[in-house]
Amino acid sequence: MGMTMTQKILAAHCGRDSVHAGELIEAKLDLVMANDVTGPPAIRTLEEIGAAPFDRDRIALVPSHFAPNKDIKAAENARFMREFARKHELKYYFEHGEEDFGIEHMILPENGIVFPGDVLIGADSHTCTDGALAAFATGVGSTDLGCAMATGESWFKVPEAMEFHLTGALQAPVSGKDLILYIIAKIGVAGALYRSMEFTGPGVASLQMSDRLTIANMAVEAGGKNAMFPADDVLLEYIKVRNPERFARGDYKIYEADPDADYVERLEIDLATVPLMVAFPSLPSNGKALGTFPETPIDQVVIGSCTNGRIEDMRVAAEYFKDRHVAKGVRCIVIPGSQKVFRQALEEGLVHTFIYAGCVVSPPTCGPCLGGHMGVLANHEVCVSTTNRNFVGRMGHPGAQVYLASPATAACSAVKGFIAGPADLE
Amino acid sequence: MNTQGKVFMYGDNVDTDVIIPARYLTTADPAELAKHCMEDLDKTYVDRVQKGDVIVAGENFGCGSSREHAPIAIKGSGAGCVIAPSFARIFYRNAINMGLPILECPEAVTGLAEGDEVEVDFDSGVIRNVNTGESWQAEPFPAFISKIIQSGGLVNYIRAKEGSAEA
Ligand code: SF4
Repeated sequence: MGMTMTQKILAAHCGRDSVHAGELIEAKLDLVMANDVTGPPAIRTLEEIGAAPFDRDRIALVPSHFAPNKDIKAAENARFMREFARKHELKYYFEHGEEDFGIEHMILPENGIVFPGDVLIGADSHTCTDGALAAFATGVGSTDLGCAMATGESWFKVPEAMEFHLTGALQAPVSGKDLILYIIAKIGVAGALYRSMEFTGPGVASLQMSDRLTIANMAVEAGGKNAMFPADDVLLEYIKVRNPERFARGDYKIYEADPDADYVERLEIDLATVPLMVAFPSLPSNGKALGTFPETPIDQVVIGSCTNGRIEDMRVAAEYFKDRHVAKGVRCIVIPGSQKVFRQALEEGLVHTFIYAGCVVSPPTCGPCLGGHMGVLANHEVCVSTTNRNFVGRMGHPGAQVYLASPATAACSAVKGFIAGPADLE
Repeated sequence: MNTQGKVFMYGDNVDTDVIIPARYLTTADPAELAKHCMEDLDKTYVDRVQKGDVIVAGENFGCGSSREHAPIAIKGSGAGCVIAPSFARIFYRNAINMGLPILECPEAVTGLAEGDEVEVDFDSGVIRNVNTGESWQAEPFPAFISKIIQSGGLVNYIRAKEGSAEA
């Protein structure tokens, strides 16, 4: 039986010709990452082991959750992590305001830190985002991460694979966000439990990198261990622009699935049939096609996060705010996911559009996505959000209701004051 | 390495909130956590469980939060192993990292009943009903996972490894 892309990458990182699903292996890591919530306990684990960081160039620490620090506890955590990074002269420590700063899963791809064939872990479940770069990336706990910081290795169970065979192309304004909400609605929140979600087929070429990153980001919302996109021309162009030196060195490896790769399940998706989707409270799998449910008034809209905080997302949102205004009684918070996205949005005039349309624009942060700060919800409030989780209490009060949607749907909803799509603006 | 004891039988989707409720998460002390293990699912578990006993449960054991306290509580309670058809992914990692043996074996879950005396050999993956002699085969742990569990968890395992590298 042949191997999938994921299985080949894992085999190469444990020095073997082949691995099979279910096997436990110890693999070398190209990068380990933590944030201001999970980093401090991981650093304490490292200290408990009594080891030094295995490689100062392969540890990334990003204070993106409760920062700019929302309270004293958050400030102490951020300081602890910052001092550790300084002491060990870590190459990848990111600070607010710097050009390379942003939400952790935004900036690894954006700054050209992850390349095809890499293996990385992050103490954060959405580390699976980097599967869009044909790398193996998955989330772990803080103990795992602390140990990995010491050794540069971690153990994995080789996942079974699920194939998502894509044909056709998405019909604008349908986006990658709609596609992943559509998939999760189909297979459920445990539909890909333990498994790698491998995207294949001619439809992949039609997806731009921002869409692939959004799709991979939400693999964990289907229970997936990781997501995997093939390394095609679209990806190679993306990494070439972001890290020309590494690209020129050829310091990466493209793995292709064997023709007889072992997939436990296969789904055929014609991208042209995917509608605009909205996931109802309180599970990402509660997806419904826009237009199939009654008018739903809203209090707040959030556009941002590691799922949809990219420049493409900002452009789409700005398109619907141009010469329009946020509906009375609705707050709309726009959060560029990184400083680079913020700068670009500024240069393209998008920030101007947002502000004059009545939006609040925040610096890059996770903010309200995890109910941290910058837009936490009150009881009974209804929010349309481009983030990835709408669990009870995720964005604030357990009585608040969160609907997940694409940037297009979120922006149109902000303008109308109820859940709406581009067709409602005409 | 092996364990032998009575079977405690539970259903599908035993989540981390019933394994150890969030209200007790202010401590990471195994003995303290063990006092409340399974409390919201089975109040009698803590009084009945003895060293080496085996929890046998349904699909997706340990789903929910990524709290490492869950396997710590189970290990602290004395249970020698958990057998289920499948585990939630992060629980699976955490269990091994905390040194709690867990085995996936749907056939054993179907074949065993509450109170059965069971013997589990981690090296061979053989699960045996001591009363009836019936046995099942789970995938055994590879050597390094056995070492992690024998060391009492990932931190100790790495400590030993790093120590020997330095020596
Ligand atoms: S934006 Fe939300 S999902 Fe993404 S890393 Fe931050 S808290 Fe997690």
